[in-house]
Amino acid sequence: MLNDVTFGQYYPVRSFVHNMDPRAKIVFMIAYIVAIFLAKNFFALAAVTAFLILIVLLSRVPFGRVLRSVKMILFLIVFTAVLNLFFYSSGAELHIIWHWKFITVSWESVINMIFLAMRLFLLVMGTSVLTLTTTPVALTDGIESLLTPLKWIRFPVHELALIMSIALRFIPTLMDETNRIVAAQKARGANFETGGLIKRAKAVIPVLIPLLVSAFRRAEDLGDAMDARCYSGAKGRTKYKKLVFTWRDALGLIFTAALITGIVFLNLYLGGKFAILDYFFTK
Amino acid sequence: MRIVAEGLTYTYNPKSPFASHALNGVNVTIEEGEFFGIIGHTGSGKSTFVQHLNALIKLTGGSLKVGDYDLADKKCDFLELRSKVGMVFQYPEYQLFAETVEKDVMFGLKNFHKDMKEEEMRAAVKEAIERVDLDYEEVKDKSPFELSGGQKRRVAIAGVIVTKPEILILDEPAAGLDPLGKKEIMDLLHAIHGGWCKTIVVVSHDMDEIAENCTRAAVFSEGKVVMEDTPAGIFRRGDELLAFGLDLPVTAKCARILKERGVEIETDFTVEDFITKVLAEYGRRQG
Amino acid sequence: MEAIRFDKVKFMYREEDGVYAVNGVTLSVNEGEFVAVLGRNGSGKSTLAKLVNALLVPTEGKAEVFGLDTADAKNVFEIRKNAGMVFQNPDNQTVASIVEDDVAFGPENIGVPREEIAKRIDFALDAVGMQAFRHAAPSRLSGGQKQRVAIAGVLAIRPKIMILDESTAMLDPRGRREVMDVVKKLNKEEGMTVILITHFMDEALEADRAIVMHRGEVVMDGVPEEIFARSEELESYNLTLPRAAYISKKLAEGGMPVKGAFSAEELAEEICASLRKV
Repeated sequence: MLNDVTFGQYYPVRSFVHNMDPRAKIVFMIAYIVAIFLAKNFFALAAVTAFLILIVLLSRVPFGRVLRSVKMILFLIVFTAVLNLFFYSSGAELHIIWHWKFITVSWESVINMIFLAMRLFLLVMGTSVLTLTTTPVALTDGIESLLTPLKWIRFPVHELALIMSIALRFIPTLMDETNRIVAAQKARGANFETGGLIKRAKAVIPVLIPLLVSAFRRAEDLGDAMDARCYSGAKGRTKYKKLVFTWRDALGLIFTAALITGIVFLNLYLGGKFAILDYFFTK
Repeated sequence: MRIVAEGLTYTYNPKSPFASHALNGVNVTIEEGEFFGIIGHTGSGKSTFVQHLNALIKLTGGSLKVGDYDLADKKCDFLELRSKVGMVFQYPEYQLFAETVEKDVMFGLKNFHKDMKEEEMRAAVKEAIERVDLDYEEVKDKSPFELSGGQKRRVAIAGVIVTKPEILILDEPAAGLDPLGKKEIMDLLHAIHGGWCKTIVVVSHDMDEIAENCTRAAVFSEGKVVMEDTPAGIFRRGDELLAFGLDLPVTAKCARILKERGVEIETDFTVEDFITKVLAEYGRRQG
Repeated sequence: MEAIRFDKVKFMYREEDGVYAVNGVTLSVNEGEFVAVLGRNGSGKSTLAKLVNALLVPTEGKAEVFGLDTADAKNVFEIRKNAGMVFQNPDNQTVASIVEDDVAFGPENIGVPREEIAKRIDFALDAVGMQAFRHAAPSRLSGGQKQRVAIAGVLAIRPKIMILDESTAMLDPRGRREVMDVVKKLNKEEGMTVILITHFMDEALEADRAIVMHRGEVVMDGVPEEIFARSEELESYNLTLPRAAYISKKLAEGGMPVKGAFSAEELAEEICASLRKV
């Protein structure tokens, strides 16, 4: 019941960001990611960070809640950071701090590590703001609408969107069903907790087969129910929900444009990420 | 084995904004040999309660003893407990998975009695399949998915009783069946009761079913047991049951109206008894 | 006006079965009628239902809905607009994750303009008493509520016939009551033609007419009370009497002057009357 996919990790409050059109948010998200990868120096990253803080404040989602999503991939961040710290090398000469066999720690690798960790951090924070403020249903609608131009090249946009929305709709049902089957097989002595890999893989069969059988039965039922409700593909179909683009979205897009331009300028005039080292070591 | 629950509590998703109290201090005793009914609305906590009985839900508050098994004890052997407390879920036919009926019914045996010989298992499976009134030779090599709905349900029940559990718990065993199918399943449970499985616990929405079949019953409401008595005792308190939003069997409904009109019928609310008592009253008045 | 007309309809799922699931049914249902279809599992009642809205097409014979032949592919869309269907499993009929989006699905399919869809959703959700759940997720509703949403999804297409294929079978008593109340209201107030397939005998009592199916054939057809009065015949088709009817029959056999009663209230009435006569 708790892991209701309909709401994903949606955080239900009303805010400027929540009320934005999902399409604007997706475009915005893409621009934000581009900005992160465009950023070449710390000033640009700082600008992106400031921007992120502003968005989180506007979204009224507590910072702690957004941070929690980072926790899940913390290992990945630490792992790549350490790898970069020890094994960074570039064509240029390095300012070495410590060296042992094939491991080298230099000022460059320290900076590179911080830079990389910040990028990953900003990336995850940003995407989780999107999922915290947008329901999966709205996201699906947004994606469908953004993909609409692809209809010209006969890409089945409507079918794809319908598949996504039906999948979303059935995930909670199938999760409940899985729990029920697991409990029923446990009652018959099945053991899912102990044993080697092969034993555990085998233990899954009594759950997987009934689940598949049930999924097919449900698909058949749903097919009948859709036929009975006059479904016949995208042709001649109207749409009840129209996404509306408002001043909020316009404002958001202006912001995004400003962010990208700003970052390009910061990159142009304030040098690369190692510029800071030149400052220290030339003095 | 006797079941004794004291102050049983359970909360879904504790410490989260979605926390919901499923059990709020359940006290109930089910004696060995009973045909015990569990009544209540969807969400009254009855399903959560029965899943405690074979440790499918781990005890988090209160105490629960099933025979000599103390479910609060961390060293309690849950696998052994589950072989003695069988559980048939709602629509059990949806848990069938093996290629043949025989293999499916054997699943529980293989899990619980790892050192049992193949021939012994086959013999036990045969006995269980015949117990649920299916023709062993006819169905044993069939795929369970080829069978009719009613047959599938019987196979699923055979898959649970094959280990000869002392206590058999069934959640809405007759759900979705037609009237005759319902009757057949209830008759089957009576045939199993006593010899094959000492105690039977049935969760049911159908008050007529409870009145006809149970020795005693408990009424669940908002995570508590609000009544525990014989069906006759429970249905005599019709007003309270209606206040819990529950229904009455036809016999009890009728007796209630008769009482308002000044006709007292002393009955246990089974159909046969009700008919006898009404006819007796009629005879008495005729003199 | 005649809503449904079946003329010697036969249907076989697969030729190798060699058995007709529906075996020569001739039937006529008028607009505004409330018909209950009874019969054991496998007696052909669900097949009969699917033949009405062209989910299945007769192998032999002819099925017509408002004069349109279901075998003609050109008519299928029009027939389904007029004959909506609610199924058994409350979890397998919704396509969307939000109630109002699901109700909108039917009207969207038949190309209703957007503003009109909003009105239809309002009407349909009001009719089933689910307006308060408009923005809820179907997966969080009770079984009875899910089925009411499914009914709303059909109502939004504005059909004249509503077929319920064992739609109460998987519900608890409260859910069943909710659904039956909605169906009765639609029949009485909106004049909806209702085909209710069920194996709950007491539900059949709420209909104007009951049909009993056995091995693909219609073997009994009449007013529910009249059908339940023919108890021996009913038993021969493996159906049981509603409990109150059974009790009144047994009392009569025991020498009490009671007439057939079909509910607890009627039964009490009959018992009181005969006790007073003494």
